[in-house]
This record gives sequence, C-alpha cells and structure tokens, in this order.
Amino acid sequence: MPTGAKGVAIRCSGLRKRFVSRSSTVDAVDGLDLEVRSGECFGLLGPNGAGKTTTIEILEGLLPPTSGEVEVLGGRWDTHADDLRQRIGISLQETRFAEKLSVRETLDLFRSFYRHGLPPEEALALVSLQEKSGAWVGKLSGGQRQRLAVACALVGDPELLFLDEPTTGLDPQSRRALWEVLRALRARGRTILLTTHYMDEAERLCDRVAVVDHGRVIALGSPAELVARLGGEHVIEFALEAGMDGLREEEYRGLPGVSGARIDLEGVALTVTEPHVTLPALLERLGRERLALARLATRHVSLEDVFVDLTGRHLRDETASTAA
Amino acid sequence: MSRPGPFRTLLLSRLREFYREPEAIFWVYGFPVLLAVGLGIAFRERPPEEVHVDVAAPAAAPDAGSADAAATAAALKALEGDRRFRARSCAGEECAQRLRLGRTDIVVVARAGGVEFRFDPTRPESILARARAEDALQRAAGRTDPVAVAERQVEEPGSRYIDFLIPGLLGMNLMGGGLWGIGFVIVDMRVRKLLKRLVATPMRRSDFLLAMMGSRILFMLPEVALLLLAGSLLFQVRVQGSLLAVLAVSLLGAVSFAGLGLLVACRAQKIETVSGLMNVVMLPMWLLSGIFFSSERFPAILQPVIQALPLTMLNDALRAVILEGAGLASQSLRIAGLVLWGAASFVLALRWFRWS
Repeated sequence: MPTGAKGVAIRCSGLRKRFVSRSSTVDAVDGLDLEVRSGECFGLLGPNGAGKTTTIEILEGLLPPTSGEVEVLGGRWDTHADDLRQRIGISLQETRFAEKLSVRETLDLFRSFYRHGLPPEEALALVSLQEKSGAWVGKLSGGQRQRLAVACALVGDPELLFLDEPTTGLDPQSRRALWEVLRALRARGRTILLTTHYMDEAERLCDRVAVVDHGRVIALGSPAELVARLGGEHVIEFALEAGMDGLREEEYRGLPGVSGARIDLEGVALTVTEPHVTLPALLERLGRERLALARLATRHVSLEDVFVDLTGRHLRDETASTAA
Repeated sequence: MSRPGPFRTLLLSRLREFYREPEAIFWVYGFPVLLAVGLGIAFRERPPEEVHVDVAAPAAAPDAGSADAAATAAALKALEGDRRFRARSCAGEECAQRLRLGRTDIVVVARAGGVEFRFDPTRPESILARARAEDALQRAAGRTDPVAVAERQVEEPGSRYIDFLIPGLLGMNLMGGGLWGIGFVIVDMRVRKLLKRLVATPMRRSDFLLAMMGSRILFMLPEVALLLLAGSLLFQVRVQGSLLAVLAVSLLGAVSFAGLGLLVACRAQKIETVSGLMNVVMLPMWLLSGIFFSSERFPAILQPVIQALPLTMLNDALRAVILEGAGLASQSLRIAGLVLWGAASFVLALRWFRWS
C-alpha cells in the first residue's frame, strides 16, 4: 500500500478555490501546482492570506476545490477517502482539545479511530510529553498543546503528515522543541507537508519549499537553491543619517561584488557575493559623497530576501497581505 | 488486550468531560431537585387557615351591666370557642389600626341590637372572615340550619401541586438536557475546531453521533431517578404507573430533545448563536407546555399549537403515567408525536450538519 520510496506523496495541478460571499469574491487558491515527494519535508511558505491554509485543507480532503486535480498517496479524496484517512495525520492550524480530558485520554481517543497505529505512550514519547500523560489538556502550555496536536497526528502512524503552522504563537524554546520532533520524524522516513510564515523554520526543516503568494506558487526549490537565485550569499544592510539622499539603485549595483540592490523605507539592502570586497568600496563611495551612515550590518541571505525579491513585499507585511 | 472501539472512547470522553465539570453536574442534577424542593415547600398544603377576628370593646367605659358589654362578651366567647378563629378583643383606635395593618381580618362590633362587621372588601381573607364570623355568631345565637351538611376533606397524594410539578420538572429537565447537552456541546466543539479535527481522522460520523446520543441517555437516568426519588422521599409523590413506563417515556423524551438539540446546533458557528436559538426553542415551551401550571389555562385558540409542542406531549405523557397510572398504550398518540419530532429533527440536522 505505501508508495515507493522515490514516489510522489502529493500531486496537485491547476488547484483553484474561490470563496464567494455577498460582499466579495476571493480566489484564495488561484491555479496552484505542487508535487511533494515521498520522504521529504516540504514547506508551503508565504504571508498570512497567501492561501496556504486553504491549499493544505484541500490536500487534506477537508475542503473541496473549486477546480483542479488532487492526488494524495496515489488516491483521490472522492474515491479513496476512508483509506486515505487511515494513512495520513493532520494537525490543524488551531485545535482546542477538550480541556477536561487528560493528555493520555485525548490520545487514546484519537488512537481508537485508526486500524493501525502507535501505542499512545509511544506517540507521547515522540513529542516528549510523557511526563504530562496524566495532566488535563487545560493545564498545558501553548507549546505542550501544540506537541499534543502533533502527537494526535502521529498516533495513527501516518505515512504522510500535514502540519498547518505548527509553531505559530510558540515561544522560541517550544519552537525548537517541535523542530526536533519534526526532524526526528523525517529521519524515520515520513513525508511531511507543513505551512509556515517563518523563514527560519522553512530553512531549517524543509528539503524543499514552495513560496506561495496570492494563491500561486511563485518559487520552488530547496532553501539553498532559492537563496542562490539572488546571486549572492550575503546581505549588507545600511541606513543613512536622516535627511540624506543616497545613491540610486543602479549606482549601488555598480559597486564591486554587488548582485542586487533594493532601497526601501528601512534603508538599503545589497545582495553581495563577497562582503570583504564590497564593504570597503561602499564606504569609500559614501565618504566621497559625504554621506554618513546611521547603521550598517551584514548577514546571510535568507528566504525572507527571496520573498522580498520575488514580491517586493516583506513576508510579515500585514498591510500588504490584508490588502491582497 | 483489545483496544476500545471509537464508539466507546467517544462516549467515555463525553462522560469524563461531563463529570469533571462540577457546574454541569449542579445544573443538570442539583438544580431541578432544589427547584422541586423550593416550590414544593412554597406551595405545600397548609392546615386550614385560622381567621383573625377582633372584637371591639364598647366605646363607653366597660360597664359590666350594660347590654352592649354583654353582647360583646357573648360574641367574643362564641368566636373563641370556635377553632376556626383566633379571636381577641381590641379597643377604640387600636381596632382600626390593626385592621389597616392586616393584623386582623375583621373587626366585630357587637351591640345589644346586633353586630357590625368592619373589613376591607378587597381582601379575600376579610370576605372569608366576614362569612365565617357571621355564621358562627348566628349559630351561637341559636340559628338552626334547615339543610344538613356533611364534609369530607380530600387531601391525598396525587392531587397536590407538588404532584403536578414533579413530572413537569422532569420534562423540563429532559428538554434542557437534550438542547444543552447536545446543542451547546456540539457548537462548542465546532468553535474549538474539534469537530473538524475529528472528521480529519478515520472516525465514522455515525459513531460520533451515536456516542452523543448515548451520553444523553446515560445522563438522563440519574436525572429521572433523582427527581422521582426526591419527590418520593420529601413529598411522598408516588408513581402510580409502572416505573418501566416512566423510563420509556423519559428515554423517548431525552432522545427526541437530543434530536432537537442537534438540529439547533447543526449550523451555528458561534456560542451566542446557539444560545439564542435554544432560547427561541425553549422559551415558548417553558411558558406553554405545562411545567409549573397547566397548559389548559391558555385560550382554546392556542391549544392546537400548545398540544403539538414536544414538551407538552412529554409532560402530559409523564403526568398520565406518573399520576394517573396510565399504560404506554393509552399514550400512543403523544409517543408518536415525540417520535415524529425527534425523527424529523434528526433527518434535517443530518442533512444540514456542518462539521467545520
């Protein structure tokens, strides 16, 4: 029954979902194609409102698409739903489990729905929640609840795991703990599809990432490939003293080692291959123009830069995403 | 060791959630019993009321020889001798004041030529006092009654207010339990996205709905037992019909109202919505369906509507079985009505049900 190790776990093409309400029509998913390979951890990355959750819920068989083809583990939702439900695990963006049930009782409940699966204590161990086994769900912290949600997704021992924003709202420590859980799962050969709007999460966890915006995939590849498209590995960010007009973008691009330049309200960001070549040239040029720096920093290129490069917007740019 | 199946785990979860919520326990089990006790005491059968009578002393200085004083003494004696009265004498302004304050129901002014009653005709007790006082005084003065009168007082369990009340509370409880225990719980699970999470598993939806129904039936048993027990121990309310028949009618009521609860909850996305809907459904039945007073008090034009309400059918069937000892066969029309309400609600609820 399982698809081959080199098989395809999820395939969808031409996926569309249109929400029609009295006041508006929204194309939440607008012609999305995707292929997730068996055994990989695949990330859907995009800002709020990009259509990630709608996409993942269609793939999970919880939402019918307006049009398009979906194939999960070689089956279709309209014909293989019962079989697929047994073989996948799901963690929704937010589920509030019954507060007055213990962690163990909640897992026992979920375990009872599956023909085959893990013993509940093993699922608990996978998310390091054994010591909370007897605690009521209402007494858990946010991070522990999220780990319980993952445990509930795992208790059926799924071949394919869907996780919708598994770490949103968690403190850094809890996020790290959950990342460890997901890495261990991938090491056990599980296929994982997760959505996130955290760059670092996608970079650390995912073998491949699809950048989603306005319901479409605008870039696809491994985090390293995506970053490499920017032409440089480093970013020099700086801002000038208030009231000073800097150079134009073309002028910055003309500096040695610069592959990209962008000016926005926060300052200037240069994508560079070799900071030790570009920096002296930049400082010399600014000095000649009598431009004083307010701040300067260099860092590695991230998926955030990829997203900004692709859309001209920042990932967490709330105004841009709500206007969309 | 075999693992418990989904129906059992779902049912067990529901039971655990319920008994771990002390407030729910109180409202489902404690409150109806308290209500029965409170109302039972407030409307208990009181011993025949004593009538307070004041006999006014003659205005002039009491003169043992005067005719008025003799008439006053005779009246006082006659009234004091009658167990139906609590008689005392009063003087002058005191009489008027006691009447004003309601400390006495009537003031009797006896003179040589006859008696005068002073009372407020708008007070029913005073009207009663006037009739009784006159009756007592006339008899004491030697009146003979041409018609012989015999009394037999009826005061047996079955005809008191508490007897009427207990089946009504039972019905009210079954309605509330079905609507809250199913409707509210389902919408709460929908709001928490727990319903959506459940249908994302291989769980069979029928298992879920059957477990909800099963939990209602299990919660219903102590509900019924407690109320009947409280009625029996505290107020000697006796079940005239068979307990099995009471249980059968209660079960039907519980299931029927669970269906209504499911219908009310089938699409609501917010707790506020379902609370409002439940009030819309329950309020008319609280008023019309004969919980605290008989539904027959409403005008005839409303009766067809009232009789078609599920709670009216349930209450009437419960009263027939509990108070009149009726068998199930005699209640077949009401039973059919309840089945119809429950089945129609279920079918519609399942057709419209929204899991996410």
